[in-house]
Amino acid sequence: MNITLQNLTKRFPARGRKAQGETTAVKELSFEVPDGMLVGLLGPSGCGKSTTLNMICGLETPTEGKILFGEDDVTALPPELRGVGMVFQNYALYPHLTVLQNILFPLENLKGKDRPSRQEMRRRALETAQLVQIEELLDRKPKELSGGQQQRVAIARALVKMPRVLLLDEPLSNLDARLRLQTREEICKIQKKTGITTLFVTHDQEEAMSISDRIVVMRDGILMQQGRPQEVYDNPANLFVAKFLGTPPINVFEGQVQNGQLFLGDVNVLPTTGVQDGPVWVGIRPEGFLPEANGPLTCGLNRVEVLGRDTSIVCTHPACQTDTLRAVIRSDQEVDPDSETVRFSLRPEKVFLFDRSTEERLYGQGAGPARP
Amino acid sequence: MDRNSKKAWLYLLPSLLLLGAFLIYPLLDVLIYSVEECYNFASQTYEGLGLYNYAYVLHDPYFLQAVENTFVLVIITVPISTILALLISTALSSIRPLRQLYQTIYFLPYVTNTLAVGLVFMVLFQRTEYTDGLINLMLSWFGAGPIDFINGPHWAKMFVLCFYTIWVVLPFKILVLTSALASVNEEYYQAARVDGTSKTRIFFRITLPMISPMIVYLVITGFIGAFKAYSDAVALFGTDLNAAGMNTIVGYVYDMLYGDSGGYPSYASAAAILLFVIVLTITCINLLVTRKRPTD
Repeated sequence: MNITLQNLTKRFPARGRKAQGETTAVKELSFEVPDGMLVGLLGPSGCGKSTTLNMICGLETPTEGKILFGEDDVTALPPELRGVGMVFQNYALYPHLTVLQNILFPLENLKGKDRPSRQEMRRRALETAQLVQIEELLDRKPKELSGGQQQRVAIARALVKMPRVLLLDEPLSNLDARLRLQTREEICKIQKKTGITTLFVTHDQEEAMSISDRIVVMRDGILMQQGRPQEVYDNPANLFVAKFLGTPPINVFEGQVQNGQLFLGDVNVLPTTGVQDGPVWVGIRPEGFLPEANGPLTCGLNRVEVLGRDTSIVCTHPACQTDTLRAVIRSDQEVDPDSETVRFSLRPEKVFLFDRSTEERLYGQGAGPARP
Repeated sequence: MDRNSKKAWLYLLPSLLLLGAFLIYPLLDVLIYSVEECYNFASQTYEGLGLYNYAYVLHDPYFLQAVENTFVLVIITVPISTILALLISTALSSIRPLRQLYQTIYFLPYVTNTLAVGLVFMVLFQRTEYTDGLINLMLSWFGAGPIDFINGPHWAKMFVLCFYTIWVVLPFKILVLTSALASVNEEYYQAARVDGTSKTRIFFRITLPMISPMIVYLVITGFIGAFKAYSDAVALFGTDLNAAGMNTIVGYVYDMLYGDSGGYPSYASAAAILLFVIVLTITCINLLVTRKRPTD
């Protein structure tokens, strides 16, 4: 069951006496969640991703636009008729009910001919509990469970009524770092096992990149870019996406294009054709730096951090937008930690040019991959 | 005893001293009074120890009337006021516009003086030579006869007292329940909606269990408050409650001490101890019934 959003817009009316005008939380958002895929909806806090999720599950009504599940237009349907399972950020497990009662709850809501027999309900609840591996916890109360276990109960409750799509709101934000790694693999595994079309919301780009088949990046209610995680990382459409994805983050420089050459400060660092002369933003991924004795880019060396697998070099450059910039190099490439400066050459496919005012990507030859 | 608990006792000491002087000591004193037979207030003498005072009180028709009135009051007002408060606060939490106005209106009786409210109720219900009162006027629209609520039959007077008590205790209960309802996380309701839970099921399976501690609190304090009712009856029926047949247990205690027929601290003490035992028993039963089962 693929989910299709068509020009989805959500405006909230102004609230309070002084507030004027409406707030547009989501603006003409269109994207598709392909059948059976795990898609991460990614963006900073307040970018409208949770509102989008709420509109898909039916808790919010869109101001404009359409939501389709497969061929069905569900825009006007109430949540219970859409066939969605939702996992809330704080899990929303009913504290006075046991795990089993929590999982049974959605089934007990069914009426008429949809309502399974008591035994059938139990069988399905147990089956779902097995799927998420909580069958020993069925008699416990939610507060007796760890965060990760609660998360799995919430997923079981969402899956037990066999929804057409599964929605997860910030599924990992309440877990500690170690559990987060474990749980995100768990979610990925459950999704692969059930093959259910899944959309999850997160502000953590690492989380989204690591488990999603596709990611959708949003900012201020507007779609920035969508695609396979690697594609989006390798080929960001604008400066925001470039900055948002990747740890350590991309290094941004003030640059200048003149006669097919890219300048950082006064230094010509790369040939680039097809981009108009003028000032640009230059984004260079940490892995785009190659230490070279007579490379064109000279940086002041702050320190060298040896991590074993690779080496991180923290240095400074006057054109860089942040105080320090970080280059990640292979551990077999040596840099003298006592030296005052370090010189780099750049890997052209890791260098992206962006327009100074619109921050949109400038495609040319030489810097960054070609327009997809 | 480790250092921490020593410190804790030290901090508790002032209030323990005050409690001892003004609660424990009087309680023991009342207990002693209640077993001293033929106690003379002026000479501070008594003729023997025994349970005669209790026997007297338990055979006093005024006391039995007071006990009956009190129990009727408790049994009628506590459930009705709690359920009404629950309905009103649920309604209040589900409306947006004018909610604060309504909250204020519902809270007004709480800050109004008991006697003033009683006076207003008397005007509403009382029949005089000049008028049948507002309530009787309304009753006459439905063809029901004038009833004298203040000086008439016992059931009518009981009705007014219960009505009045419910009206007086309602605001506090609404206040407590509205804030209890507001503290239930919105996500529970969203989750229930996504799962297609009906409104009634949401109320009984989610809302009610979530606010049940507050309801237990209100029922227990409601029982205790209703057992200690006195000023409400005075406000409606005047100070001679025995004559009106509307006395309560606390009223009986007061009358035995200071009333026109008073001056019997021993009887008053015995009645007070009986009230204490009744309230204690009911509260214990309440706690036992509502205590979370061990599996919880």
